[in-house]
This record gives sequence, C-alpha cells and structure tokens, in this order.
Amino acid sequence: MNLKVDQVVKKLTAASGRDRTRMMDVVRGVQAELGCVSGEAMEAIARELGCERVEVEGVVSFYAFLSKQPKGKAVIRISDCVVCRMKGADKVTEAFEQALGIRVGETTADGQIGLERTACIGLCDQGPAALVNDVPVTYLSTEKVSEIVDSLTATGEPKKLVKTLGEGKNATERIHSMVINNVRKKGEVIFAGMEPGAALRKAAGMSPQEVIREVKTARLRGRGGAGFPAGMKWEFCRKAAGERKFVICNADEGEPGTFKDRVILTECPELLIEGMAIAGYAIGAEQGIIYLRGEYDYLRAHLEFSMAQMHEKGLLGDGIAGKKGFAFDIRIQMGAGAYVCGEESALIQSCEGQRGSPRDRPPFPVEVGYLNMPTVVNNVETFCCAARIVEKGAGWFAELGSKDSTGTKLFSVSGDCSLPGVYELPFGLTISEFLETVGGRDAIAVQVGGPSGTCVNPEMFDRRICFEDLGTGGSMIVFGPQRSLLDAASQFMDFFVEESCGWCVPCRVGNVLIKERLDRIRQGKGQAEDLDYLEQLCETVKRCSRCGLGQTSPNPVQTTLKHFREHYTQRLVESKDGLQPTFDLTAALGDAVEAQGREPVFHED
Amino acid sequence: MSDEITFTIDGVEVTGTQGQTIMQAADQAGIYIPRLCWHADLSPGGSCRVCTVKVNGRAQAACTYPISEGMLVQNETDEIREWRKSIVEMLFVEGNHFCMFCEKSGNCELQAMAYRFGIATPRYPYMFPQRDVDASHPDVFIDRNRCILCGRCVRASRDVDGKNIFQFVNRGRETRIAINAEANLADTALSAMDKAVEVCPVGAILRKRVGYAVPVGKRKYDHEPIGSDIEARRAKS
Ligand SMILES: Cc1cc2nc3c(=O)[nH]c(=O)nc-3n(C[C@H](O)[C@H](O)[C@H](O)COP(=O)(O)O)c2cc1C
Ligand code: SF4
Ligand code: SF4
Repeated sequence: MNLKVDQVVKKLTAASGRDRTRMMDVVRGVQAELGCVSGEAMEAIARELGCERVEVEGVVSFYAFLSKQPKGKAVIRISDCVVCRMKGADKVTEAFEQALGIRVGETTADGQIGLERTACIGLCDQGPAALVNDVPVTYLSTEKVSEIVDSLTATGEPKKLVKTLGEGKNATERIHSMVINNVRKKGEVIFAGMEPGAALRKAAGMSPQEVIREVKTARLRGRGGAGFPAGMKWEFCRKAAGERKFVICNADEGEPGTFKDRVILTECPELLIEGMAIAGYAIGAEQGIIYLRGEYDYLRAHLEFSMAQMHEKGLLGDGIAGKKGFAFDIRIQMGAGAYVCGEESALIQSCEGQRGSPRDRPPFPVEVGYLNMPTVVNNVETFCCAARIVEKGAGWFAELGSKDSTGTKLFSVSGDCSLPGVYELPFGLTISEFLETVGGRDAIAVQVGGPSGTCVNPEMFDRRICFEDLGTGGSMIVFGPQRSLLDAASQFMDFFVEESCGWCVPCRVGNVLIKERLDRIRQGKGQAEDLDYLEQLCETVKRCSRCGLGQTSPNPVQTTLKHFREHYTQRLVESKDGLQPTFDLTAALGDAVEAQGREPVFHED
Repeated sequence: MSDEITFTIDGVEVTGTQGQTIMQAADQAGIYIPRLCWHADLSPGGSCRVCTVKVNGRAQAACTYPISEGMLVQNETDEIREWRKSIVEMLFVEGNHFCMFCEKSGNCELQAMAYRFGIATPRYPYMFPQRDVDASHPDVFIDRNRCILCGRCVRASRDVDGKNIFQFVNRGRETRIAINAEANLADTALSAMDKAVEVCPVGAILRKRVGYAVPVGKRKYDHEPIGSDIEARRAKS
C-alpha cells in the first residue's frame, strides 16, 4: 500500500464529507496531486466513499482531464478546434512534437511534459490556443514554441508562461491570465453595467410568482442553444413537488466556437450570481451550483472571490437584500473535459459524481433533477438576462430583439473575419448585417450555432439570427473563400466521435461511420451512391440518438450536403467498369499473383 | 379514478396503465417492438435504440417512454424499420461477430434480430476493433469481441446481484465493459449463478463447459423469429 496515495485520498474524501456524490471533486483532486488516478487510488477512493472500484474507474475514464496512467507534470493541451486549426494549430502541434521529441499523446521521458490535443477550449478569437495544466496560452505560433518548452523545462511552472496580462479582470491577481475579453460591442443587457444588488433588491420586493411572471412577460428564452422559455421552466420547477430544489448554472460552454460565457464569468459574475439567486427565490431553492468546465479552472478563484464579496454585501447567504427567509448559496462544481456534460441531464449526472451520460427524458430536470429533486438548469447568459429583466422590467427587455427572441444575444465570433471577439447584439439581425459588423464580407459560409448548428451559404445570408429563423447559442464561425468546408465538416465529426458519451448505438457507432464515408469522399474516392448512404446514416443518427448530442451530430454533414452540395459532387468519381472506382483489381490480386507466379485470366463478356 | 390509459400503436387501440412504458403496454397487447438492451427482469436501458418508435411524430425509445392518453405510436413503418436495421447493422460492424463458430449462435438475440430484419450482411464497413477475452474465472468468461454494450450485465449486477461487478468505462467508440478488479474476472465476486451472467443477449458473457449443449434445430430461435412469443399473445386474444 502506497502511503502517499492513501493519505491524499483520505484527505480529499474527508474534505468532501465522504460523500459519493462528490466523486468529481475527489478524482480531480487526486489527479492534480498525484498526476493520475491509479488503480490503487481507485481502490482507496472506493473504500472511502463506499462504492466499488469499477465505478471510480467508470468516472475517471470518462473525462478527458483525468487518467489512470500518469501524465506529465505539465500537460500541454492544444485546442483542436476548427478555428484554432484554421489559424495554424496543426503547425504549432508539429513544432511542439519536434521541440519535445514526443508525439501527441505522449509524455517526455523524464515525466515532465505531456502533449495532447483537446476539444475547443473557448479561445477561438485568440487562437491557436492551448492549456498548460490550467493556464491558458493564446496566440500561439511556431516561433513561440521553443520559448514555452524552455520555460517549462526550466521552471516546471505553467504560471510562468504568463508574461503579458489580458485587459479587464484578466489582469487581476486572482485570474492573472493572458486571455483577452475582446468585447467588440456592448449592448443594453449584459455589458451595460448594473449596480450590485439592484436586481436582488427589486426581487426581494416581489413575490416569487411575480418574478416568474416578469420573466415570462419578457419572453426570455434560454441562451444555451435550445431557446426554451426560461419563465416556463421556472414555473414548472416551482410547481414540481420536492423537499428541496436546486438552481444550476450551465457554465460548461463546450460548443466549439463559443466563448461568451467565459467573458461574463470574467467581467460580470455578480450579474450571474444575482440571476441565480433570483431563480432560487422564484422556484423556492436555497442551493445553487455553477458547473464550470474544467477548461475554465483558471477562473475559479475569481468566482469564489466574487461570491465571498456578495456574501459580505448581504447579497448571498441568509437574509438576502435584507429580506428575512431569502436564503441562497452557491457552490462551484468543476467539470473535467467532456462536452456532453453541457447537456443538462449529463451535467446533473456529473454533479452527482457519475459518468456524464445523459438521462432518459421524461422526467425532465425540473421534476427530477439534481439528487432527484426539481432543478432548474440555465445557461450563464440566461441568468444574467433574468437579473436585468427583474431590475429594468419585462417591457424594457421585450422591446429589444425580435418578436419571438427578445433581448440581446452574445455572439462568440471567430474564423475568417477581421474583428473576432464577443458582440452583444439584438436578436433578429441578418447574416449579412452580422458579417458587415464583424468584418467578414468575403465569407463563403457561416457556421451558425457551432457544429451542432447549421452551415449557411451566401444565398441564405438574408436569413435572420433568432430562434424563429436561425437559432444559435452564440457560436458564429466565419469561413473565407480559402476554406474547404468538407475539411471543416470532417473536423467537426472528429469532435462528435470524440465527445459522444458512448451510451447509445446510433451516436457511438453512426458518427464514426459518417466520418469514414465523408473522408472517403474528401480523398476523391467517393461515388454518387455515397451521398445517399451518408444521408441515410445521418437520418438514423439524428432520429434515433438519445440526447441532443447525437440528435445534432450529423448536422455538419447534413447541412453542408444540403447547402453546399457541389462541394461534395465535385469530388466524386464515376465508375467506368461497374466496379467500385476506388477498387483496384490488379493491386488487390498483387499478392496472389506474386505467390503463384502467374497472371490471372480475365473473362470479358 | 381509473388509471387506465388508451392509445394506439399503428392504429390498433392499446390499453395500459398509468406509469407503464410503451414497451410494457405493447408487450401486454401482444405487439412486438424489437429491442436488444431491454430485459424483462431489469430496469430499461434505453441504449440500443432498436425499440425506436414514433410518438406523435417524434422518435422516442419505447422502452423508456411513458404512455399517455390518446397518443399515437408508430411501430411498423418502412422508415422505422430502416432505422432499426441500420442500428442492428451498426452493432455487427462495431464488434467482431463470427456467428458461425460462436456458441451463442441460435440463442443470440443480435443474430436473431438480424434474421428477423432479413439482414444478410451489413451495408457498413467492418471496424475490426481490437478487443480482449478474459477467461480467468473458473466458471465464466467474457469475450468483448461480441459485446454490444447493452449494459444488461451492468444493471443486473448492480440491481439484482447487488455486486456492481460490471461497469462502462471510457466513452464514445472506446466505451467498453470493465470489471471490478485491476485485470481479471477471477478476482471479482462474480458467480456463475449471477443474474449478470444469465442476461447477456449475445455470446459475450458465457458460462464455461455448457457450450453447444443444445443441438442445432432445438435452439431458441431455430424455428420462430425473435418476438414470436409476444406476438403469439395477440394471436390468442
Ligand atoms: C451535447 C450538448 C451540449 C450542451 N452544452 C451546453 C453548454 O455548454 N452550455 C449551455 O448553456 N447549454 C448547453 N446545452 C444545452 C443544455 O442541455 C440546456 O438546454 C441548457 O443549459 C438550458 O439552459 P438555457 O435554457 O438557459 O439555454 C447543451 C446541450 C447538448 C445536447
Ligand atoms: S446521443 Fe450520444 S452523447 Fe447522447 S446519450 Fe447517446 S451516445 Fe451519449
Ligand atoms: S457483456 Fe453482454 S450483457 Fe454486458 S454489455 Fe456486453 S453484450 Fe451486454
């Protein structure tokens, strides 16, 4: 028995009250302190938490940032996002491989530095980007690689890589990061600034029902992508029976090309916290959770500090805004690298210390959520909007935006445009207007809503960005004329293959098959029949998958097949002899010919 | 108050009780909805998706979806049959299934499902994954080449045997069934009499020394397609 492992596990399990549902905190802690969660650690954790070792293994093996095998002291995780690759991430990766003398997925012989690829880390507007442990490194180039490697080799301290600081709160001691906010346009709702406590004091003077009515009257729709009416969700939850209720903020922000929640969390976490407390008041919950993606670990201390300040000001804890009985508190739950945990029921599973596989629905989280209690899950931006609605009134909010998508929306803009960054714009603008604003006039395509959204062609540029037309959770990726959309689609499929939780067959297997056939076409080996084959596969995956991941994962292929069909047909080959054009009969018989020492006889009919 | 619920499956009126799933009500009514991860003695898994039906026009898994008054369920349509075939074919190419010398042949639900759907060969390319066999246990072996990740063993071991010996590990295409030990099935508390051993629909978890005991012609699916037992109920009533 390794004493160190035992000690660390005991310390961490004790800190989380030996509570099985807090497994994520324990395994994350073990990974951080010991560099891996070994079989021995799994056994110790299982013993301390009263579960089986294989359950711990199930959790550890699910999340990209946890591992059974030791990783380097510093792990460089290069963002594998389509946008970072457009900006040269592949060259940077090669340069790292050369400088370190290892391949992606390996660790240097001295165990100091590991190199990996990881799904989009939400720094697309300042890519190519990477995380070195929890430290974001932006604007990478091949020239910077040796400097980074030298620094890590010399100091072993990722923090030392931070030489310049980003603007705003990125420069504070608690964040101390080179990340920039890049807010290009401030709108009336999120970035207008609000006096701390203004919304909470207003809420405290209303009844919970009045708060819900206000949010409903404002017609606020969820900002995470699906656009479900927030007031309705709160009302369902309020009415659901349960001893306790919970409010969860979805700060998993995993959709490639999305990074607007990062900026809210950096610049105005107070607004989010007020929104969460208001939701708690409305539904009758006293406990909230912020589920923060592992990639944003560098923001955790900052968030904790903001919460502590709110406590001091009487805006969190008991007697909020001086109102007796208005109690609300929040804890942060860290993720560990799994896009699917942004799906609300998978997120709840993860908060309960399980693998991040979604649950069957119904029942929905508003009825059976965290710890099987009624739970509201909303996006970061949704809570911020709710706070502002309570502060300024539903009428004010509903005046902004379009008829069925009221208010402003934060857009995360990246790709081939001169002004990437975060924009707060009213819902309802057209793609053309959008491209004009972001300096993307040459665009041949825009990926609206990330890979799970739609790839639109220039004929669709007069379509409007809002839930009644082209919906988006905020990811807007611009493609210039030099880009191959099939390459992008293929990279998006890699993402879904990597991020599928593996629970259900169509998503687990189907996405691999879609990707295989798409690549065959990209390599100039596809036939016309392959397009039908792809369409059929996409349909099965989309219709039969259990959760939103599988139900949207064929979109990169399905929407390009629809809107950019010529990109496919251009690469198809025709069969001359009725055989598959990619099948080379002579080559296939090569070995046999050699072994037998005689040529085959072909019979022509 | 009556908790009877009436709805239709392919236009046939079906009556169930509040709280039942579509699958339960359909089974009772003698309407067979194909399924692989579902097992009568276990909670539903909702993972194979072979039981996909349309409920008021939307695809749902019949094994987990609750019935409600007046809902319209479609089961046997060309579109749905196509999805189901596609899924079964996916399962064949995902693993390494050599039916001709598998001792589960004739009693295998995956194979039987392929026969029911008339699948002669999958349209998708084989993936030929590298998977391992664990024969360390004296009475049971697990051959992951044939595992379809239905999760029956996981649920049975956890909920019926109370042992939690099997669990999913990894994710996506790397997902596999792990056991509650560092390496060997022999080091777990598994017994050959466990429910987890009995419920495997394919030849992935098998008892040793009983292979090929039933002669060809007398195996479970040699004469009647899978689902016939359920359909027989309807024929009778
Ligand atoms: C695979 C997948 C990933 C998701 N990721 C996120 C995410 O990162 N952030 C988010 O707010 N919603 C995400 N969602 C949507 C959530 O399931 C949920 O609808 C949302 O958090 C509800 O909040 P809203 O109504 O305020 O948007 C995701 C959904 C799916 C299917
Ligand atoms: S659709 Fe994909 S991510 Fe969702 S449950 Fe199924 S396998 Fe998991
Ligand atoms: S071993 Fe058998 S029961 Fe277990 S998941 Fe695989 S196929 Fe299902």
